[in-house]
Amino acid sequence: MADSVEDSITVSVWRGGARGGDFQDFQVPQQPSQTILDVITWIQRHLDASLSYRFACRVGMCGSCAMMVNGIPRWTCRTHVNKVMVDNRLTIEPLRNLPVIKDLACDMGEFFEKWRQAEGHFQGSSSRDETVAAISPKSSQRQAANAAIECINCAICYASCDVVTWNRDYLGPAALNRAWSLQNDQRDCARDERLKVVASDAGCHQCHSQQGCSTYCPNELNPTASIAGLKRMSVHWFMDQKNRQRHG
Amino acid sequence: MVELRLYMAQRATAAIMAPLVLLHLGVMIYAIQGGLSADEILARTRGSLFWGGTYGLFVIAVSVHAAIGLRNILREWFRLRGPVLSVLCWLCGAGLLVAGLRAVVAVVGTP
Repeated sequence: MADSVEDSITVSVWRGGARGGDFQDFQVPQQPSQTILDVITWIQRHLDASLSYRFACRVGMCGSCAMMVNGIPRWTCRTHVNKVMVDNRLTIEPLRNLPVIKDLACDMGEFFEKWRQAEGHFQGSSSRDETVAAISPKSSQRQAANAAIECINCAICYASCDVVTWNRDYLGPAALNRAWSLQNDQRDCARDERLKVVASDAGCHQCHSQQGCSTYCPNELNPTASIAGLKRMSVHWFMDQKNRQRHG
Repeated sequence: MVELRLYMAQRATAAIMAPLVLLHLGVMIYAIQGGLSADEILARTRGSLFWGGTYGLFVIAVSVHAAIGLRNILREWFRLRGPVLSVLCWLCGAGLLVAGLRAVVAVVGTP
């Protein structure tokens, strides 16, 4: 336990479920190199075993442990307490824009459903008997795909996006960023089908380029740039469609 | 694909407005250097097809651009959808068009 009040952190943790809830304060001892996830785990193990939260890898790979920390979405396993704590206080809430299951655990269903709606899976046309496609790592398409590919599905971008808050149908930055990486994969054979979804009324044209997603992405990806790319791509695709119709 | 069409219309009208705004500001700054009264300005603009066309095009672009922007605000902040949203958007565009074209007529029309 902490030696004194100065050595402890006052942590306000949101407690409740889908029907609502409130903050509960805990005193947690400060430790060197302590992360937000360490704080939550300490509360659960020493103060209240009923506290619900989600984590898996603890090293920033799995994207499970994202929460709102002092009002900002963060990956809690890689966020050090001393970098975000204000006046020895922390406020920890479940991710914004997602329904709460209990306490700090959100229902990620709609987030992954939108990933599926945006055709966020690779669709190849070659069989295993054919030779491996030769893709130059220097090609502009491959570089665009590479820039967007390291997403860990943490939903931090989804929680930071005001357009998601305002328009519940909007596919969101993560699904669109994934679509952009696939649109730039020369091996993928579903690019037209994907563009139809991406350019739909719930797609990329809803984005106002506020850049919350790019600001808070823990892997420093730039979903705003990916969405801007999709906007340009969908306009070209639309014009091509019209030209094809015009010329039979 | 409504949103895609509106996106294209808003970008196209922005591309029209940007050079026209620069032209307007440039001419305004240049014209007032020696001091110019409203009567003197109107004497130069009245009956001018060029200024009528320039400001007429600007007003049309503004009407389309602003109506689409307002549509986004109405949809996101006030959760409006369907015909109500469309009617308000068209009314906004029509209002801007009428008010803007009246101003253009006042500047280029001959009394």
